[in-house]
Amino acid sequence: MFEAIAFYTFSILVIGMFGVVVFSKNALYAMSALAGGMIFISGFFFLLGADFLGVVQIIVYTGAVMALYAFGMMFFDSAKDIKENIKYKKIIYTLSVLSAIFTIFILMAPIYSVKIEAMYPTIQNVGNIQMIGLILFTKYLVPFELAAIMLLVAMIAGIVLVKVKMEETPTNIEVARGEK
Amino acid sequence: MITLTHYLVLSGILFSLGIVGVLRRKNLLMLFFSTEILLNAVNVGFAAVSKYYGDLSGQIFSFFIISIAASEVAVGLGLLVLWYKRSGTIDLDSLQMMKG
Repeated sequence: MFEAIAFYTFSILVIGMFGVVVFSKNALYAMSALAGGMIFISGFFFLLGADFLGVVQIIVYTGAVMALYAFGMMFFDSAKDIKENIKYKKIIYTLSVLSAIFTIFILMAPIYSVKIEAMYPTIQNVGNIQMIGLILFTKYLVPFELAAIMLLVAMIAGIVLVKVKMEETPTNIEVARGEK
Repeated sequence: MITLTHYLVLSGILFSLGIVGVLRRKNLLMLFFSTEILLNAVNVGFAAVSKYYGDLSGQIFSFFIISIAASEVAVGLGLLVLWYKRSGTIDLDSLQMMKG
C-alpha cells in the first residue's frame, strides 16, 4: 500500500519535473527542475531496495553534475529566455514517442518472453551495500578500474579545455604594480 | 501492488520525454539536460529489473552509467565553454559549418 502511494507520488513528481526541463524556456528553471527530478529519482532507488544507488544518485548527480552545470552556466547568459526556432513539431513528437516505445519493446521483449535466471542471486541477511561491494570488487573489478581511468581522463580533459593560459592573463600582483 | 511492468512503463515515459527533449531542443545546454534524463530513465529500468529478478548486475550497470554520465558532463561542458568563447552562442544551428 505504502509502496503504491510512494511509487505514484514519485512518478508524478519526476514526470512533472522532467517535463519542465524539456519544455521550459529558461535555462535556470530547467536546471533547478532537473536537480529536483534527480532527487526524486533516488526515491525510486530506495523504494527498490537499492540503497547504494540512491545515495550515489544524490551525491553524484545532484551534488557533482548539477553543481558542474551551475558553474558552467556562469559562462553563458542564462538569465534571459532561450530563443529557439523549432520546425516540424508534430513530426518530432510522433517520431520520438514511437522510437522510444520501440526501443523499450526491443529491450524488454526478451525479459518477458524468456525465463531469466539470476546470474548473481542476492543472498539473504546481507545488506545491499555490502553485496554491491562483494560483486564490484570480484566480478566487475576490471570495469570498475576502467571507469576510474575514464573519470581521471575526463577530469584532465575538462581542466585542459576550460583553463586560461597562464602566461597571457595578468595576475593580480602584476595589475597592482601597474606592469600590465 | 507495484510490479515490474509499472517501473518499465515509467522508464519508457521518462525515456520518451528525454528523446522529445533531444529532438526538440536547439540550445546545446538543454540538449545536455535531455541526455541526463535519458540516462536516468535507463537507470530506473535497470534497478527495477535487478530487484524483480533478484540479480545485482542491473544495479552495477546503473552505477557504471552514473560514472559515464559524470565524465560526459565534464568533457561536454568543457567543449561547450570553448565553443561559446569562439562563436558567442550555444545554439545548435551555429554548428552548421558545411553548407550542403
